[in-house]
Amino acid sequence: MIEVKKISKTYGSKKAVTEVSFSVKQGEILGFLGVNGAGKSTTLNMITGYVCPSSGDVVVDGDSVIEDPLKAKKKIGYLPELPSLYLDMTVLSYLKFCCDIKKVKLKNKLDYINDVCKKLDILDVQKRIIKNLSKGYKQRVGLAAALLGEPRVIVLDEPSVGLDPRQVVEMRALIKELGKKHTVILSSHILSEVQEICSRILIINNGVIVADESTENVVQKLSSKGQISLKVEGPNEKVSNLLESVEGICEVTTKGNAGENIFEYNLSFGNLPELQVRKNIFFALSKNRFPLLEICASDSSLESLFLMLTSNAPKGRAQR
Amino acid sequence: MFAIIKRELLSYFSSAVGYVVLFIFFLFSGFYFYATCLMANSADMSYVFSNLFTVLIFLVPIVTMRLMSEEKKQKTDQLLFTSPVSLTSIVLGKYLSAMLVVSICCSVVLVYITIVSFFTVPNFGNLLGNIFGVFLFTGAFIAVGLFLSSITENQIIAAISTFTVGVFVLLLDTIAKSIPLASLSKALLAFSFMQRYSDFTSGILSLENVLFFVSFIFVFLFLTVRLLAKRK
Repeated sequence: MIEVKKISKTYGSKKAVTEVSFSVKQGEILGFLGVNGAGKSTTLNMITGYVCPSSGDVVVDGDSVIEDPLKAKKKIGYLPELPSLYLDMTVLSYLKFCCDIKKVKLKNKLDYINDVCKKLDILDVQKRIIKNLSKGYKQRVGLAAALLGEPRVIVLDEPSVGLDPRQVVEMRALIKELGKKHTVILSSHILSEVQEICSRILIINNGVIVADESTENVVQKLSSKGQISLKVEGPNEKVSNLLESVEGICEVTTKGNAGENIFEYNLSFGNLPELQVRKNIFFALSKNRFPLLEICASDSSLESLFLMLTSNAPKGRAQR
Repeated sequence: MFAIIKRELLSYFSSAVGYVVLFIFFLFSGFYFYATCLMANSADMSYVFSNLFTVLIFLVPIVTMRLMSEEKKQKTDQLLFTSPVSLTSIVLGKYLSAMLVVSICCSVVLVYITIVSFFTVPNFGNLLGNIFGVFLFTGAFIAVGLFLSSITENQIIAAISTFTVGVFVLLLDTIAKSIPLASLSKALLAFSFMQRYSDFTSGILSLENVLFFVSFIFVFLFLTVRLLAKRK
């Protein structure tokens, strides 16, 4: 359905995205993960034709965004991080305008707009000025605009940012529903959101794809290894070596410096129960007189996922 | 393109901008008509048209300042540039909407012509030349304003730079005449809006002048499209 072929984007001397390639099949919901500034939005902007790639191409259902942009854009609905809304218009006039520029050729546009509004539960705010709507409603209006013209691919850039918890749940349910009919690319930096909605996860870091896995695989990887975070005072190398020798520890990663001679570590452990591993760590450190300042179980955060996936990724892909 | 024209017109008249522009234009053109025709008992409306040149130099920047800059600032350009609409259609839509606003302003001239026709038979050929001149001059100036609006995200900077270009155009004749180097003076005068506009207000319909303004419009619209394409 959509094929991204080695797209790169350079701003001056800075490479924002480097040779990103992937494809998304029809009916697939792809989660596009990355921390802020990783290159998610730039990649999505190139896919939707808002930004021209410095090199590479994007093909949507056989039409190239570079060579035949008008045809390709007709097949994409885009909800940017900040929805592109004309705040001085009413919801209805805005959606009519979107129908016009998307060249929706229907006899009864009003009925069609009403159907889309009904789906997104914005029928009751149709006559209100967009400026006066809440963030949640604005997001829904933006999504309604993206859905107009029945695009085959829907690109959503952080659709739940700024929404309250109830709206987040509603938005996620809505995206799941959309995934039944459309190919969806969902960008987010919230792992749980992507885990819940997407069938496949793609992780971008520093403009490079570092992981491309099915959600099942990612969840399996996360659950197969326990994670513990530590903050220890002492020389990094000595403490790392010591931790690696502790019974039950599979992998030690230094997260960073947290003060003078204080370092943070991420540990993954295998078969032993967590309590036993914690005890082993405590006794090993105290025996060697390295003060243990903090110990906690790591959540399955994006950061730990990054560390785990990038440590397994081939060097050419993970490192620039 | 028509959707964009419609949306822009709605935007002008859903805010104060459209009404302020209309009010200022009606006020000043009405004053010039009163002073140079009604008070002077004259059916010659050339003075009204030549004074409109100055009024438009003040008003066109207000009309064009937000055309592209606001889209970029509010990020609504994302909607336009990701929709199946060409950059040329977007630029033309914006340009024609601004032209329509100024045309609504200029339509008041028809009222003045009607008033004059109660007293005498106006020189319709001359009037047509004048109206044609106003449209060509305004068209060229709007194209410059649209281009400058696409350079910046700030409406005020867009307005001030368009106004500065307008003042330069207004003073170009004086500047050119004060240059001792004849060739440079002649070269500058070749770009004189004032001189060419005066020709129209005197009832001279010269193909050279028409081509000058049309080429000017084309060049600046083309530059706007190229600038937007390059920025992507």
